[in-house]
Amino acid sequence: MSSDAFTPGIVPGRMADEVYAERFSDLHPRLDDHEALVAADRCYFCHDAPCVTACPTDIDIPLFIRQIATGTPDAAAKTILSQNIMGGMCARVCPTEQLCEEACVREMAEGKPVLIGQLQRYATDHLQEQGIHPFSRAAVTGKSVAVVGAGPAGLSCAHRLAMLGHDVVVYDAAPKAGGLNEYGIATYKTVDGYAQSEVDWLLKIGGITIEYDKPLGGDMTLQSLRDAHDAVFLAIGLGGVNALEAEGADKDGVLDAVDFIADLRQAEDFAQVPVGRDVVVIGGGMTAVDAAVQAKLLGALNVTLVYRRGRDRMNASVFEQDLAASKGVRIVTHAVPRAVIGNGAVREIEFDYVDAAMQPTGQSLRLAADQVFRAIGQTLVGDGLPELDGRKIKVTGAGRTSMEGVWGGGDCAAGGDDLTVTAVAEGRDAAMDIHEALTGAA
Amino acid sequence: MADLTSEFVGIKSPNPFWLASAPPTDKEYNVRRAFEAGWGGVVWKTLGLDPHVVNVNGPRYGAVYGADRRLLGLNNIELITDRPLQTNLDEIKVVKRDYPDRAMIVSLMVPCEEEPWKFILPLVEDTGADGVELNFGCPHGMSERGMGSAVGQVPEYIEMVTRWVKANTRMPVIVKLTPNITDIRKPAEAAMKGGADAVSLINTINSITSVDLDLFAPEPTIDGKGAHGGYCGPAVKPIALNMVAEIARDPGLGQIPISGIGGITTWRDAAEFMALGAGNVQVCTAAMTYGFKIVQEMISGLSDYMDSKGLTSVDEIVGRAVPNVTDWQYLNLNYVAKAKINQDLCISCGRCFAACEDTSHQAIAMSEDRTFTVIDEECVACNLCVNVCPVEDCITMEAMTPGAVDPRTGKVVEPDYANWTTHPNNPAAKAAE
Ligand SMILES: Cc1cc2nc3c(=O)[nH]c(=O)nc-3n(C[C@H](O)[C@H](O)[C@H](O)COP(=O)(O)OP(=O)(O)OC[C@H]3O[C@@H](n4cnc5c(N)ncnc54)[C@H](O)[C@@H]3O)c2cc1C
Ligand SMILES: Cc1cc2nc3c(=O)[nH]c(=O)nc-3n(C[C@H](O)[C@H](O)[C@H](O)COP(=O)(O)O)c2cc1C
Ligand code: SF4
Ligand code: SF4
Ligand code: SF4
Repeated sequence: MSSDAFTPGIVPGRMADEVYAERFSDLHPRLDDHEALVAADRCYFCHDAPCVTACPTDIDIPLFIRQIATGTPDAAAKTILSQNIMGGMCARVCPTEQLCEEACVREMAEGKPVLIGQLQRYATDHLQEQGIHPFSRAAVTGKSVAVVGAGPAGLSCAHRLAMLGHDVVVYDAAPKAGGLNEYGIATYKTVDGYAQSEVDWLLKIGGITIEYDKPLGGDMTLQSLRDAHDAVFLAIGLGGVNALEAEGADKDGVLDAVDFIADLRQAEDFAQVPVGRDVVVIGGGMTAVDAAVQAKLLGALNVTLVYRRGRDRMNASVFEQDLAASKGVRIVTHAVPRAVIGNGAVREIEFDYVDAAMQPTGQSLRLAADQVFRAIGQTLVGDGLPELDGRKIKVTGAGRTSMEGVWGGGDCAAGGDDLTVTAVAEGRDAAMDIHEALTGAA
Repeated sequence: MADLTSEFVGIKSPNPFWLASAPPTDKEYNVRRAFEAGWGGVVWKTLGLDPHVVNVNGPRYGAVYGADRRLLGLNNIELITDRPLQTNLDEIKVVKRDYPDRAMIVSLMVPCEEEPWKFILPLVEDTGADGVELNFGCPHGMSERGMGSAVGQVPEYIEMVTRWVKANTRMPVIVKLTPNITDIRKPAEAAMKGGADAVSLINTINSITSVDLDLFAPEPTIDGKGAHGGYCGPAVKPIALNMVAEIARDPGLGQIPISGIGGITTWRDAAEFMALGAGNVQVCTAAMTYGFKIVQEMISGLSDYMDSKGLTSVDEIVGRAVPNVTDWQYLNLNYVAKAKINQDLCISCGRCFAACEDTSHQAIAMSEDRTFTVIDEECVACNLCVNVCPVEDCITMEAMTPGAVDPRTGKVVEPDYANWTTHPNNPAAKAAE
């Protein structure tokens, strides 16, 4: 080992090989059969269950948990997947503590919700590991739909359309499908190449072709897609990153958190991924937490997450904040970056403390930094898109845009949280609307 | 700490908790451990004549579970002792010698002739045992051979055998009854006529606990086949309680002492049996599920309860609820109650709503924000919501005060007691006295 935690600069291999494997293992290992039965027994089978209301995809949670409890996990998986085709990924990445599990009546009763997310994973893994795809296509309709973007929104839409008998071509700018499932989600939430195996499993429905390295823009325009297909679904996510407005923000070592995460997700060997000794992450969302935690896991000595408002305003859930703290990330709030200091490459970064009204308090903070990650939000990029609502594509109803025959959903569309599960729900609902528009069927 | 000493048909024990005749009392080793743990007495596993019986060599138990795999019901196809008579007698003798303050009852089952009883009773007396229990209850295996419940189901046989036994021993005789009959009072009456000092009940209930859906065979399955077994454990407690009460409240049965058995798992269960007329209790499945240590909770629990009620002797509990067991026709139809939901305790699961809406009287309202409230205009006080609510004491039944108007019927709640026998809708109604 040529470097360790104390080596200055941005270097790989700060730890022994086996430490990487251990640190990047499954955040919540899958429940075994016994654990699943014990967890399932706690569900009260509520009437009009609040957990279902809280799930953006409306999975029938009491039903699937009862199916697990009665020894039919594959039936449970079908209940889940019929509402949410990416129920396997959602089981791993959903902030359940803000969704179903927050609403669970046993959270209210005892502060300990039913482990809905982990039970969902138990069921979906059980089915998918047998290679079973429980859905089949309806008679082919002869209609063709273009889906732009193979992230959760696009794939969810594609699957539902294919199931209804339509032919689907998915165009994606990247060389792999999955969107942020493949390039964004924290490594320890989706281990062992689950994102790709889920895509492979999803495509078993048939009727879906994916065209890789095919960005919208350039040769392929929205108009050409509309000409070639009966409908278009836009699910391009947020490809851009907000700029950091601080003096010296262009110095070496100041990077986009999403690029760092994508590199990490694509790395064959985590020991090859370089990381700074003193890392500063700017932002307060899931991306910021993921970048900070993973920098720490890679062996950075000091990782500080700096957010401009209070903890209660952070987009990252309390669970995520606690996770960061437990991994040794220091969280600083009420501080905005003023200047990045260094000679070519960043050496230090200076912040102004601000009050609740975002006014400088006169105090400041200077942190040693050889690597700074921007995680202050992603933005929509693209020309010739339908009308926007703020900085996202405007949609009405189930994803209808201002353009005839063009639907949109997921992060690129206005409304809804930027979450995998929301993207899946919007893709599914748009598919139903497209189906109705193409066939007249309700 | 209350005084828990108990005297049942002249047999003394430091507490009213005995182990029922079953695997926990099968041999010296177990019984010594039981006495060390604190059990007040045991009924030794049923003895029979040599050559001793044999048990199956495959599974002999089946189970029914509640949430978290809590054992709610157990079923068995075990027979009486499968060890030589003399071995048991020798062990009984040394254990009784070493634990003179504990009750030692010996359960017996021999063929339905006087000779075998004449033979076995002196042998038991010689051990120094305090009494005998006649096993007329075992519903499987032994009954096929004309013993156990095959005797217990024919009152004449019960009376006859009991009389033989009384004639051939000075020991107190407890007759253990089978619940596999229509009217428990008949065998109890037969035991009384035969001179029994007490009855004990219940033995196990004919049962098949489950079916193996791959083998298509009842469980427990022995080489592809299964036979019905005897059911016990918490699931049978309500059946046993009723049978105990039926005997206790029958004036014709002359207040024959009862040893209560069936599903007793906690001190509370024991106290309930005693309140319904049992002089003491016997436990089997709870010990088989959790081990002998549970008696410590039973002792401390009963003692705390008695202290809190100011009771100084267990006999003060015995039979206290019997006067309040009546027939349906004597229940007060002028008593009106309404369910009430405590909003501070409610966790909004909606179970009460689903139950009342789908299967009861549509008397619970659910608001947009999941507040659940009882509609007094509809509530018939059936108690279903109370029963399905997962939170204890969250829904309660509140009696209406006389003089108030029941919004469901529009009628004033009468202060006086009135039952079905005088009700105008009863074709056989008699005028109120
Ligand atoms: C670092 C990070 C961590 C996250 N962690 C979580 C989490 O733990 N839990 C959670 O629920 N959510 C999480 N999210 C949010 C979640 O990943 C997104 O909400 C979700 O992926 C949105 O799905 P989408 O299909 O709309 O977009 P994306 O997943 O972004 O997919 C968009 C797809 O479109 C393609 N594309 C983009 N532009 C073009 C173009 N011009 N032409 C063709 N194709 C194009 C992209 O290559 C990509 O495949 C996280 C996000 C980030 C950035
Ligand atoms: C495995 C097993 C064997 C039993 N054997 C006998 C027996 O030999 N003699 C007897 O009188 N009762 C026998 N019983 C019945 C118990 O003594 C007792 O009456 C019955 O189990 C109900 O009590 P419980 O619910 O506490 O278990 C047996 C019960 C079990 C579970
Ligand atoms: S709210 Fe909780 S207990 Fe109720 S159905 Fe959902 S998971 Fe089960
Ligand atoms: S007592 Fe019966 S009728 Fe009244 S609210 Fe409860 S379930 Fe409904
Ligand atoms: S069953 Fe109990 S906890 Fe559930 S909604 Fe009804 S009153 Fe509330």
